Amino acid sequence: MILLKILFRNAFRNRLRSGLTILGITVAILAFGLLRTVIDAWYSGVEAASASRLVTRNAISIIFPLPLAYNEKIRQIEGVKHVSYGNWFGGIYIDEKNFFANFCVEPRTYMEIYPEFVLTPPEKKAFLADRKGFIAGRKLAARFGWKIGDTVTLRGTIYPGNWDFVLRGLYRGRDETIDETQFLFHWDYLNETMKKVSPRRADQVGFYMISITRPDLAPDVAIAIDMAFKNSLAETLTETEKAFNQGFIAMSGAIVTAIQMVSFVVILIIMAVVANTMAMTTRERIGDYAIMKTLGFGAGAIAVMIFGESFVIALTGTLTGMLLTYPAAAAFGHSLSNYFPIFLVSDVTLWLDLAAALLIAFCAGVIPTRHAIRVRIADGLRRIG
Amino acid sequence: MAVPLSYSMRNLWKRRLTTGLTVAGMALVVFVFAAVLMMAEGLQKTLVETGSYDNVVVFRKGSSSEVMSGIERQQTSIVEMLPQVAIGPGGRRLLAKEAVVLISLPKRGAGKASSHSNVVVRGVQENSLPLRPQVKLVSGRLFRMGSSEVIVGNSIAKGFEGVGLQGTLNWGQRRWTVVGIFDAGNTGFSSEIWGDVDQVMQAFRRPVYSSLVFKLRDPNVFDTAKTAIETDPRLTLEAKRETRYYLDQSEMMAKFLRILGMSLTVIFSIGAIIGAMITMYTAVANRIGEIGTMRALGFRRRSILAAFLAESLLLGSLGGAAGLFFASFMQFITVSTVNFQTFSELAFKFTLTVPIVLQAMAFSLVMGLIGGVLPALRASRMKIVEALRAS
Repeated sequence: MILLKILFRNAFRNRLRSGLTILGITVAILAFGLLRTVIDAWYSGVEAASASRLVTRNAISIIFPLPLAYNEKIRQIEGVKHVSYGNWFGGIYIDEKNFFANFCVEPRTYMEIYPEFVLTPPEKKAFLADRKGFIAGRKLAARFGWKIGDTVTLRGTIYPGNWDFVLRGLYRGRDETIDETQFLFHWDYLNETMKKVSPRRADQVGFYMISITRPDLAPDVAIAIDMAFKNSLAETLTETEKAFNQGFIAMSGAIVTAIQMVSFVVILIIMAVVANTMAMTTRERIGDYAIMKTLGFGAGAIAVMIFGESFVIALTGTLTGMLLTYPAAAAFGHSLSNYFPIFLVSDVTLWLDLAAALLIAFCAGVIPTRHAIRVRIADGLRRIG
Repeated sequence: MAVPLSYSMRNLWKRRLTTGLTVAGMALVVFVFAAVLMMAEGLQKTLVETGSYDNVVVFRKGSSSEVMSGIERQQTSIVEMLPQVAIGPGGRRLLAKEAVVLISLPKRGAGKASSHSNVVVRGVQENSLPLRPQVKLVSGRLFRMGSSEVIVGNSIAKGFEGVGLQGTLNWGQRRWTVVGIFDAGNTGFSSEIWGDVDQVMQAFRRPVYSSLVFKLRDPNVFDTAKTAIETDPRLTLEAKRETRYYLDQSEMMAKFLRILGMSLTVIFSIGAIIGAMITMYTAVANRIGEIGTMRALGFRRRSILAAFLAESLLLGSLGGAAGLFFASFMQFITVSTVNFQTFSELAFKFTLTVPIVLQAMAFSLVMGLIGGVLPALRASRMKIVEALRAS
């Protein structure tokens, strides 16, 4: 107890310096926490994906479609429960910077496969009944101020022209990890229009979503589907939804790695600052250590004093930083909701914060401790200031 | 009279450990700052160099990249007959009809099943080569027209599995042999695979071209050509200069990188500024006696202020120089990532330019200035008698 008191007294002997150091650590931990959360947000699509759902796409690449006829064939495969299908629409709402995900899907089966998108029964009924209807995530509708019954026009990039849709429902996520910024409409609307304007592109499906009866069947079903279309004009690649989403992230892997590396750089920066503070503190107090040595305290006691002080400073800063991470993440997530629909601080981030604090404290204490232990009593007492 | 600069320099040298740690903190911030700007610059430079100023790209109205576009055969003939198209040797028009698709290829050395990336396959005509003088064959030979042969860009050959010379690729129930590797320098073409357009369209069952590229008869007639294409009721096309077209494709990503870099470095710099502040406050606190002596010798308050500011600016410039020194090594690194806008793989180098050097140095000096201003003010405001008594 007395030790703790001494440590605190020592740590705050020079209030200005300790205060600045703690402020620095707080900012660094905050930055570290936010960067880790950005990376988590990047992977949120993978986390939310279910391992018991499969996605089938064209084996050449995602931009090539599959024939609609595959729907029935996939349904016949053992272990398949529901099959739904959709296309990436890639429409633009007014301006390119208003980006959000917009798909067309076969609505009835899609609702079966994705129970995490929650709609009230009347909304669901209204959506199913209107071929030009669409449903939007709660957050997306709030972003543009859409209300039920509003007509929204998207400009097609892949499918040319202006497309009108009527908002029929606002879906909510079953929990907070579900993306509430999507725009979903009827596949039939797209297909019937394509039949008229460009028949060659009709009856083409971008991807099939498949739910299976038991999760452990996933590998077998995936192979069975791919085998069924082997050597056809449109060979398929089936993977779990998790792997499918992971594939998208792997493409921008270089950026994720860069952010990851940068998040460690901030720890290094603050390590240099704290090490500096500790070096100064011990330099000023070298006379104290000499007196302690004279009184008979050993190297261990001096090491405990210096490391203890370093830990007190680092942990005070880190705890403040951790507490501030929540409001900061909330504010940050709100302004970046276009890019990152899910922005939540995970437990792992908090543990990493703590680990970083311990590492900073330890590294900052090493050189000063060595110096304080090695200094000869006479030299230590002689030195002033 | 001003305090000599050597006074500030010697003070820094006297406390080497502290100076070193402070400079290290600042250098890391400058490093991150410079590296992110270099990345955005490299990306933009690569895409800008991909285009030539007197080439025009024609694609379907509303599509943001060649991959989304589609042009009917009869429309291509209308464009081909425009008087603004340059005539090449042998009286042929310098216009190429191309088909661009994405295929998914496994990345080299990753081992995991999911690390595929999208690579551009460009079906080209004989005219495509004179239109793109940057493209040079480095090994093997050119593909023969009408065969299932392709040539690949060197970034693709390096970064992806199974696309080396004599490697085979399977699409559209056909086997394609890599017969040559080309180098297109620091351009987007280095991240592409080229083959005969008619074969590519056949294999992918695409009856339409993706884009047209032609050279202008005279660089100044672009506007007339653009108007002719965009007002023709038979065409639903849009024309852009090739340089503009590729610049537009880099915009979103470069902006993303710049915003990311700026916000990161501003946050990080708080840490480094605090480090400089701590160092300078201690420097002042340890030297109260000295300051008193200097004031007694007749140095003015503003000279003392200037001396301490000089010391912290020196810290800043040392940090900036060290950070830039390490950042300059990043130029040897090539990054390959998917451009969000085109959804396809693009390799680019970190590029250091003079404006980036200046910005980074200015940034580090500002950090030094902000960190040093309060301590220097404190030093200059001391009363002579009290300062002399303190030691």
